[in-house]
Amino acid sequence: MWSGRRVRRRLRLVAVVAAGGAVGTLARALLAEALPHVEGQLPYATLIANVSGAFLLGLLLERLLRAGAETPGRRLVRLGLGTGVLGGFTTFSGLGLEVTLLARADAGATALAYALGSVVLGLAACLAGVAIGARRGRSA
Amino acid sequence: MAVICLCGGLGAACRFVLDTAVRRRWSTRMPWGTILVNVSGSLLIGALAAAYAGDALGARPYLVAGVGFCGGYTTFSTAMVETVRLAQDGDFRRAVVNVVGTTAVTCAAAASAYAAVTGLT
Repeated sequence: MWSGRRVRRRLRLVAVVAAGGAVGTLARALLAEALPHVEGQLPYATLIANVSGAFLLGLLLERLLRAGAETPGRRLVRLGLGTGVLGGFTTFSGLGLEVTLLARADAGATALAYALGSVVLGLAACLAGVAIGARRGRSA
Repeated sequence: MAVICLCGGLGAACRFVLDTAVRRRWSTRMPWGTILVNVSGSLLIGALAAAYAGDALGARPYLVAGVGFCGGYTTFSTAMVETVRLAQDGDFRRAVVNVVGTTAVTCAAAASAYAAVTGLT
């Protein structure tokens, strides 16, 4: 059985993720407002959020990995900034829905380009983030 | 906007709890927790968008549940990092299956939920 203290500690971690997720969602919603989606065109707001979020999460997690064993403080950073803010900032459901809407609007080629482009750019950005995190981690 | 953000936070918390539970029960190399979250969130947003398009759901609840909850619940960045980690471990087969499979199945989930709910409304 979980003791009261363990439950409280776990709830605190969930709350940190929730707070970060709210901040990430705010940033994503503001980006969507700044770059409204034009029907039949690439959904740039989601693309930018996903690719930049993949870069930042790769960078953050690699930095934390290189910093050494996970301390309570580092865990809060990983869960709050990584799982919360960057997890909430990026979205796979938004991507799936936009691909669906493009395909239904007879923009099948754009839908395919968007899905493939998101994944290729997302992986490249994530790799770049990991590489930069690894280099800076060594010099620190 | 505040309600959308709160629901995004709720979605992120649900993702964290579900992913942790999946990891505890099944410790495999494939990131099944993230896959489950992304596919289920895409099913939900497809259904919500079709209900909104069919006037069965208002704009505000649609934005709160779709942009807020589903957006905060699903994650692209974690899926990318997990793919890169698999590749770094030399497990290229799982890396490719993870990224191609997740993308194909989430899009198919959103599209089929959209089509199913469009058929209902």
